[in-house]
Amino acid sequence: MIEANLPVLLIVIPMITAPLCVLAGRGRIAYAMSLLASVLVFAIAVALVIKVGDSGTIRYELGGWEPPYGIEYVVDRLSSFMAMFVSALGMIVLFYAPHSVNKEIQPSKHYLFYATYLLCMTGLLGICVTGDLFNVFVFLEISSLSSYALISLGRTRRAPLSALQYLIVGSIGATFILIGIGLLYQMTGTLNMADIASRIDTIDGPRTIMVAFAFLTVGLCVKMAVFPLHTWLPGAYTYAPSVVTCFIAATATKVSVYAFIRLVYGIMTPKFAFELLPLDSALMVFSLIGIFVASTAAVFQDDVKRLLAYSSVAQIGYMLLGVSMSNIDGLTAGIVHMFNHALIKGGLFMVAGCFILRLGSSRLSDWAGAGRTMPWTGFAWAIGGLGLIGVPMTAGFISKWLLLTAAMQNGWWPVAALMLLSSLLAVAYVWKVVETLYFSEPSDAVVASTEAPAGMLIPTYAIIGCVVLFGIWTTYSAGLAAAAAAELLGATP
Amino acid sequence: MTDPVNLIVLSLVLPLVAFVMNFVLGNRPNARECSTVVIATILFGVVGLLASSVFDGQRPELFVSEMLPGFSIAFSVEPLGMIFALVASGLWILTTIYGAGYMRGHHEKHQTRFFGCFALAIFAAIAAAFSSNLFTMFVAYELMTVSTYPLVTHHGTAEAKSGGRIYLGILLSTSIAFFMMAIAWTWSLCGTLDFKQGGILNVPYEAGEISTLALGVLLGLFAFGIGKAALMPMHRWLPAAMVAPTPVSALLHAVAVVKVGVFSLLKVVVYIFGIDLLQATGVNLWLAYVAGFTIVVASIIAMTKDNLKARLAYSTIGQLAYISLGAALATPDSVIGGGMHIVMHAVGKITLFFCAGAIYVAAHKKNISDMAGLGRQMPWTFGAFLVASVSIIGLPPGGGAWSKWFLAVGTAETHQYALTAALMISSLLNIAYLVPIPIQAFLKPRPDRDSNHDSDHSHDHGEAPLACVIPLVITATLSIVLFFAAEPIYQALLPIVSE
Repeated sequence: MIEANLPVLLIVIPMITAPLCVLAGRGRIAYAMSLLASVLVFAIAVALVIKVGDSGTIRYELGGWEPPYGIEYVVDRLSSFMAMFVSALGMIVLFYAPHSVNKEIQPSKHYLFYATYLLCMTGLLGICVTGDLFNVFVFLEISSLSSYALISLGRTRRAPLSALQYLIVGSIGATFILIGIGLLYQMTGTLNMADIASRIDTIDGPRTIMVAFAFLTVGLCVKMAVFPLHTWLPGAYTYAPSVVTCFIAATATKVSVYAFIRLVYGIMTPKFAFELLPLDSALMVFSLIGIFVASTAAVFQDDVKRLLAYSSVAQIGYMLLGVSMSNIDGLTAGIVHMFNHALIKGGLFMVAGCFILRLGSSRLSDWAGAGRTMPWTGFAWAIGGLGLIGVPMTAGFISKWLLLTAAMQNGWWPVAALMLLSSLLAVAYVWKVVETLYFSEPSDAVVASTEAPAGMLIPTYAIIGCVVLFGIWTTYSAGLAAAAAAELLGATP
Repeated sequence: MTDPVNLIVLSLVLPLVAFVMNFVLGNRPNARECSTVVIATILFGVVGLLASSVFDGQRPELFVSEMLPGFSIAFSVEPLGMIFALVASGLWILTTIYGAGYMRGHHEKHQTRFFGCFALAIFAAIAAAFSSNLFTMFVAYELMTVSTYPLVTHHGTAEAKSGGRIYLGILLSTSIAFFMMAIAWTWSLCGTLDFKQGGILNVPYEAGEISTLALGVLLGLFAFGIGKAALMPMHRWLPAAMVAPTPVSALLHAVAVVKVGVFSLLKVVVYIFGIDLLQATGVNLWLAYVAGFTIVVASIIAMTKDNLKARLAYSTIGQLAYISLGAALATPDSVIGGGMHIVMHAVGKITLFFCAGAIYVAAHKKNISDMAGLGRQMPWTFGAFLVASVSIIGLPPGGGAWSKWFLAVGTAETHQYALTAALMISSLLNIAYLVPIPIQAFLKPRPDRDSNHDSDHSHDHGEAPLACVIPLVITATLSIVLFFAAEPIYQALLPIVSE
C-alpha cells in the first residue's frame, strides 16, 4: 500500500505538514514537524531511486484517473535522482537551520517560516515527479510564491524589495510558461507530457508549436536565471535569510533546469529543439557570455552572498552548456553538475551562514581574519571553494572534466578552451575570500568572535564532506546521471 | 608482505599515516617529529624494497578505482617514477630532521599544520611518481599544488599572501587552462590515458587524426601546462614561493614540487608521445630551444640576486630547464640525462637550501653580501655549500657531472650545437654565481659592523643547530657519492628508452 503510493507521498507529506505547522503555531513544534517530514521525504526519495533502478520507470495515476484525463506522476531515473538530492539538501539545511533562524527571523514568525519552507520543498519535488505539463506550472508557482515569501523574511529592508523584484520578474516568466502551455494544449489537446510528445510530430505547420516552445524556453530561462534574465537572482540570494539562501540556491534553479531538460528531451525531442529551433547554439552563446560576465561580476563583489549568487548564475551556464550539447556525455555532465553544484553552493552558503551568525555581516571586509578565530568554518570555505574551482578530488572537478571531454568529443574546441579559462575566474573570486579570511588583520569584532555552533558546523561539514566524497566516488553521482541521460536520449517517452 | 603490490599500497599509505599522526600528536612536538622521522624511514625502506624488484624488471600494478568510466586511479611503477620516489622519500627523512631543528631554532608557529601539509605533499609526490595514467598524475599534481599552499604562506604576512597568490595563481591556472586541456585532447585522440612504453600518440598520428603542427601545439600545452617545470615564461611562481620557511624551500622547491613538474614532463614525453614519434616529426625542437633560453636567462638573473634564496630559486629554474631540455631533445641519452639530473640536482640543491637555512638560523643573514667571513664560524655549512655547488655546476667529482654529460651528448646527437653551447655557458654562469659565496665566506675578513643584526648574535654564534648541520653534511656527501655511484642509476633508467 505505502510502496505503491510512494510517488504521491513524496508530495503529500510536506504539503500536509505545512498547514499543520501553521496550526501548531509554535516555532519549536513546527520545526520538529518539518524536520520529521523532511526526513520522511528523503527516505521516500531514496526508496524511489532504488525502485526505479530495479524495475524501471514508475507511472502513478493520481486518484486513479487515467491519463490524459487525470494527472500522471512519472518517476524515472532522472526525476528520482533530482527528488533525492532536492530532499537531501532540504533535510540537511533544516538540521542546520535553528541557530541561524533564531538570529535572523523574528520568533513570532518561526512557525510560518517552517510552513513556507515545506511548501517550497513541495513545489520543487512536485516538478520533479509530475508527468503533466500544467501540473509543472502549478508546482512551479507553489515553489516560487513560497520562495518570494521566504526571501522577504530577511533582516534588512532590502529583503522585501528584492522579493518584490523577484516576484515581478518571476511572474512574467510564469506567464510566459503559461502561454506556452496554453498554445501546446491548443495544438495537441492534451497536457500529459508523454501525450504531447507523441502528438507533436503529427501536426502540420509547426509554427504554433515553435512559438509555444519559445515561450516555454524563455519562461524557464527566467526561472533558471540564465544570463541575461538573471537580474532577480543576486538581490534575492543576498537579502534572503541565510537558511533560505542555502536551500533555494542549492535546489530552486536546478529544478528549473530539470524542467527545461524535460521540455527539450521529453516533449520537444532533441531533433526539434536543435535542428528546427537553433536552441543549442543560442543556449551555448548565452551560457558562455553568462559564465564570463557573471564570474567577472563575482570577482568584484564585497558581499559574499552576492559573490556566491553571481557565481551561481555562471554555474547555471555550465549546466546549460552540457544540456545544449545534445549528446550523452554532455547531458550527463549537465545533470551531474546540477547535483555537484547543489552540494558545493549549498555548502558554501552554509559556511557563509556560519560567518554571518557570528559576525553579523555578509560583507567580506567584515570577515577579515576570521579564518583564525573560526578555523573550522574557514577550512570548510577553503574545501568548498576548491570544489567550486573544480580542483581534483572534489565534486566540481568531476563535472568539469565530463563537460570538457564532452565538448572535445563534439569538436567544440573554442568552447572547451573558454570553459577552462572561465574557471580561472572562479579561482579569483574564491581565493579573494580565502585571503581575506587568513591574511587580513582581524577587527575587534572578529577577534571577539568564536567558532560557529556544532549544530551548524556538523550539517555544513556533512555537505562539504560530500563535495570531497563525490569527487572521489562517483557511482551515485555521475553513475546515476549517466544512466538518466542514457534513458532520456534512448527512450524518450 | 614484500609482494610489490603491497609495497605500493604501503608507500602510498605511510605519508597519510604521518599526516594523521601529526594532528594526533599535535601538542607533543617531540613525539610528533619522531613519528614523522620513523614513518619517513619506513617509507624509504619500503620504497627501497620496491625499487629492487622494479629494477629487476618487474612492473607491479595497483588498480584503485574507476572514478569515471575510462578514467581510473591506478598505479604502476616504472624506473623513472621509482627513482623519483626514492629521491623524494629519502630526502623527506633528512628534511624532517632539518625542519625540526630549523622551525624550533626559529620559534615558528603552527608547526603541526606545517608538518602535516608536508606529509600530504610527500603523498602527492609518491602518487605522481607511481601514477599509471595521466589522469592519476593530474590528480596528484593538483593535490601537490593545494597542499603546499599553506606551506608557502606559512608566515601569514602580506608578503606571504602575495607570494602565495602568485604561486597558486600560476600553478593552478596553467594546470587548468593548459594541462587539463592537453589531457582531454589526448583522451579524445587516443581513447586512453595510460602510460605506455613507446607512447600512445603514434597511433592517431599514423592514422592521420592529428597533424604534425597540432602535435607540436599539444606538446606545448603539456610543457607550459606543467607549470611546475618552471619553463619561462611560467617560472614566476618559483621565486615567489621563496617566502616559505627554508625547509619548505628545501624539500618542496628543490625536490618534490619542481621535480613533480619535470618528472611529469619526462613521463609525458616518454610514455605519451614516445621519443620515436618526436624524433620522426621534429615537433620537439622548439621546446628544446625554449629550455635552452630558460637555462641561460635564469642563470643570468641568478647572478643579479643578492638574496641567497632568490639566487637559489633562479638557479633552480635554470637547472629544471636542463631536465626539460632532456625531455625536449627526446633522444635516449638526453632522457637518461634528464632522469639522472632529477636525482643529482635534488641532492645538490637541497644541500644548498639547507645551508641557506642554516646560515639564517645561526647568523640571521639572508643576503650574500653580508656573508663574508662567516665561513670560519660555520665551516661545515660553507664546506657543504662548496661541495654541492660543484655538483650543481657539473664538475667532477660532483654527481651533476654525469647528468650534464648525457644532456650534452643529447644536444650533440641531434646536432643542436647552439644548445650544447647554452649548457656550457650555463656551467660558467653557475660557477660565477655559486662559488664566490663559500669563497668569500672563508677568505674575506668579517666586516666590523653589520647593521641589520641584533646584539645577541653579533658575537661568535658558531654553527647552526646540530639537527640542521647533520642533514646538510649527509646530502653534501651524497652528492659526491653519486658521482662514483652513477652507474646503477644509468642502468635503471636504460629500460625506459629501449624497447
